[in-house]
Amino acid sequence: MKNIISNINKAFDHRVRLGIMSVLMVNEHADFTSLKELLGVTDGNIASHIKALEKKGYVTVEKSFIDRKPNTRYRATKTGRKDFQKHIDAIENLLKQQRPQP
Amino acid sequence: MENEKYVQDLSDIKQMMNRSSRFISLSGLAGVFAGGYAIIGAIVGKVLLDGHNSAIDSLSPASMDGEILTRLFLLAIAVLLLAIGTAVFLTTRKAKKTNEKTWDNTSKRLLINFFAPLISGGIFCLILWQYNLIGLIAPAMLIFYGLALIHASKYTFGDLRGLGYANLILGLIATQFLSYELYFWAVGFGLFHIANGIWMYNKYDRKNA
Repeated sequence: MKNIISNINKAFDHRVRLGIMSVLMVNEHADFTSLKELLGVTDGNIASHIKALEKKGYVTVEKSFIDRKPNTRYRATKTGRKDFQKHIDAIENLLKQQRPQP
Repeated sequence: MENEKYVQDLSDIKQMMNRSSRFISLSGLAGVFAGGYAIIGAIVGKVLLDGHNSAIDSLSPASMDGEILTRLFLLAIAVLLLAIGTAVFLTTRKAKKTNEKTWDNTSKRLLINFFAPLISGGIFCLILWQYNLIGLIAPAMLIFYGLALIHASKYTFGDLRGLGYANLILGLIATQFLSYELYFWAVGFGLFHIANGIWMYNKYDRKNA
């Protein structure tokens, strides 16, 4: 039981961060605008959550220009993917344990 | 309660993964229409062939009539264009209703992954025609269409995978029964489409309609 709880990752314990990681798990990369549209939150909100994930080493940021417009791409790192999967597994295990048999 | 929050988290994760990687505005009704066009196309094809006393089961060049092949080719193109046109129209309409974008990363990815195998198949069928291996064209269409659907199913509703495998297997079987290939073609592109379209329409569209 203790083990399971320790796998629940505080870094992902927010709806926006959860969303960002979910998108980056199934897409090679995503840009700022599409993340914003998918999650339906404000620029500043997304930026601060990405910064938090970046600090943890879970996402990388690539800035480039497409048609002379700045474009920012985000990718999940290997560690990010591994830890997020652990986080999902931990939640699933926790729910399984608390509801023994249906 | 903690528990509920985690249940909500899991469903958020799943929904976000799907919405960001799969194109979900595809209309089930489009499949029904495509199937209908295919059956009409097969009937017209049969009439054309009977009128000409030709058969398309032949693998030998001498027995084929060039003019009828051109007509069948145009017929097939017409069916394809009608099906695609209807699909685009219905899908755009559905996307508007549910406030989703029609042209975004998910739809681009879906189209690329659907058309890459499909266009290769189309070119391959033209090559079969070039070498007069007419009998193999209908089975090859089914096989390549099946592969295209299996490939595309990763980028939209997973339900397309079943339709893909069904067409693929049907195409392979059809290679062994060349005199019945028009019927196989009508079953694959017609009946299977309609069945799958109705299934998808009931599952995804009806509650929004």
